[in-house]
Amino acid sequence: MSNAMRTPAGAISVERYQGAVAEGRLKRLWNANAPGYLFLLPWLVGFFGLTLGPALISLYLSFTDFDMLQSPRWVGMANYVRIATADPKFSAAMHVTLTYVVFSVPFKLTFALLVAMALNRGLRGLPIYRAIFYLPSLLGGSVAIAVLWRQLFASDGLVNAALSHFGIEGPSWISHPNYSIYTLVALSVWQFGSPMIIFLAGLRQIPQDMYEAASLDGASKFRQFYKITLPLLTPVIFFNAVVQTIDAFKAFTPAFIISGGTGGPINSTLFYTLYLYQEAFGNFRMGYASALAWILVLIIAVFTAFSFLTSRYWVHYDD
Amino acid sequence: MTASVTAARPPSDITKRSLPASLVIHALLIAASLLMLYPLLWMVSASVRPETEIFSSTSLIPSSIDFSSYARGWVGLDVSFGRFFWNSLVISLLVVTGNVIACSLTAFAFARLRFAGRNFWFAIMLGTLMIPYHVTLIPQYVLFLDLGWVNTILPLVVPKFLASDAFFIFLMVQFFRGIPRELDEAAMMDGCSAWRIYWKIMLPLSLPVLATAAIFSFIWTWDDFFGPLIYLNDMNTYTIQLGLRTFVDSTSASDWGGLFAMSTLTLVPVFFFFLFFQRLLIEGIATTGMKR
Repeated sequence: MSNAMRTPAGAISVERYQGAVAEGRLKRLWNANAPGYLFLLPWLVGFFGLTLGPALISLYLSFTDFDMLQSPRWVGMANYVRIATADPKFSAAMHVTLTYVVFSVPFKLTFALLVAMALNRGLRGLPIYRAIFYLPSLLGGSVAIAVLWRQLFASDGLVNAALSHFGIEGPSWISHPNYSIYTLVALSVWQFGSPMIIFLAGLRQIPQDMYEAASLDGASKFRQFYKITLPLLTPVIFFNAVVQTIDAFKAFTPAFIISGGTGGPINSTLFYTLYLYQEAFGNFRMGYASALAWILVLIIAVFTAFSFLTSRYWVHYDD
Repeated sequence: MTASVTAARPPSDITKRSLPASLVIHALLIAASLLMLYPLLWMVSASVRPETEIFSSTSLIPSSIDFSSYARGWVGLDVSFGRFFWNSLVISLLVVTGNVIACSLTAFAFARLRFAGRNFWFAIMLGTLMIPYHVTLIPQYVLFLDLGWVNTILPLVVPKFLASDAFFIFLMVQFFRGIPRELDEAAMMDGCSAWRIYWKIMLPLSLPVLATAAIFSFIWTWDDFFGPLIYLNDMNTYTIQLGLRTFVDSTSASDWGGLFAMSTLTLVPVFFFFLFFQRLLIEGIATTGMKR
C-alpha cells in the first residue's frame, strides 16, 4: 500500500502505553471485584447448579411426558390442559388445600393475636407463658407430633375419651372424610407460637402514651383496641397472614403421616404437595408433577401479588 | 453528676390494674397453657405407662412407671433406633456446618464487600427466598440420581455447603450490617485482606447470629421429613423421622407404648435446644419473622 500512512515511530510506544493502561485497568478491575466474587462463589455455584438450572429444566419438563424411564417427549400444553380440565385428583387437592388455608390461617392468627395481647400487659411470668405457647410451634414439624395427633383424634383416642366425659360420642375424626381435614387444621392452629411472638414484637412498638391519652379522653378498652392497636398492627398482621398462607399451601408432613401417605380417606387430606409427591415419586410422572409444581408457584405468586395490591387499602404504614 | 443524684423513676409501662382483672387473665393463661401442653404431656406419660393403661385413661399420672416401652421400641424394627439417631445426628451436624460456613461467606460479601453486580445478585438471592423448593425438586432428584448420590446423605448435605438456605444468608446480612463499619475500614487501612476481616473481625462479633442460624438449622434438619423420604430408601440410612414413620406403618403399630416412647425420644434434642437457647430462638423469630 503506497499511500498508506507510515506509522510514526512514536505510535508504537503510544499503543504500548495504552496497552499498559488497559492492563492496569484490568488489574484494578480484578482487585476491586475478585474478593467479592470469591466469597460469593459457593452461593453462585449453588444458585446456577441447584436453583436456576433445575428451575429452568423443570419448566421444560412440565411440557413433556418425562417418566424417568425414557427421555422426555414434548407434549406441549397437554399436562396443563389435563390439570385444568380433566384431573379430579387435582381438583380434590386444590379443594383440600384451600379449605386448610381458609380455616387454619385466620384461626391461627386470631389466637396468636389474642394471646399476644394478653401477654403484653406486663404480666409476671411472661417468659414462661411465651415459652409454653411457643413450644408446639417448635416441635410441630416433626413426625412425632403427627403420630401423636393421629392418636388424639382416633376413634378410641384422647379427644373422644374427653368428649365421653360429657356424654358426647365423638366420630372417628381421622378416618371420616368430613372431619379428617379439620384435625389437620387443629394441628396447625395449635402451632400459633411463631405469629404470636411476631405480634408481641409488634405490640411492643406501640407507644404506651397513646393508650394513656386515649383513656384520659374516655375511650373504652374495646375502642382503644379498634382505633389504636389494630391499625398500628396492620403491617404485622399482613406479614403474618402472607407468610402463614404461603406456608399452609406447602404443608406436607402431617397429612402424609396421618393418612399413611395416601391423602385419604377419599382424598380428604390430599394436600397439594402430597399429590405432587405421589405423582412424582409414586407414579414417576415427573413431567406432570413438574407442571403441578409450576401451578403451585403460580398460585402462590398470584396470591402474594393480590395481597400486596389490596394491602394499600387496609395496611397502615406510619413511617 | 454525682452518684447521690437519684435517677428519676422510669415511667412504668405496666398500667395499674385491679387485682381481680389480672387474676382472671392469669387463670385464663394457665388454663390455655395446660391445654397447649396436655397432648405433649400425655404422650410422655403414655410412653412410661403399662400398655393396658394407655387408652383407658385421660389422666396424665400413670399408675406405675415402667420404662419397658423404651427398650421395646428401641429394637422394634430390623434396624435399631440407635442407628437412626446416629444418622440424624450426622446429617444435622453436617447441615449446621455447611449453613454456618457457606451462608456467612455469602452474607459477608453482600454486607461488606464492594463489587460490580452486588445489588443485582443480592436481589436474586432475595428472590430465591420466595421460590418454593418444589420447582427445583424433580431436576435436582434426577441430577443426584445421575451422580449416584441417591441413598446417601450427600443430597441432603452438599447443597447446604453451597448456601442453598437463602433465609440464613438474609439473617446474617441483617446482622452484619449492624456491626460498625469503622472496624473493618480501620482494618482495611492497616492492609488487612477481606478474608482476615471476615475471619478475625466479623465472625467473632457475630456469634449470636451464627448460633441462631446453627440452632434453627439443626432443628429444621432434625425434623425434616420430605428430604430423607425422597433420598433415603435403605433402612440403614434412615433418619429418626423416617424410622418413626416406618414404626407407625409396621406391624408393631399395635405397640403403642413403643411408638410413643420413640416419638418422645425424637423430640428430646429439640426440647433441649428450646430449654437452653430459648432467648435466641425467640429473638430470631421476632426480628426476622420466621414461620416456625
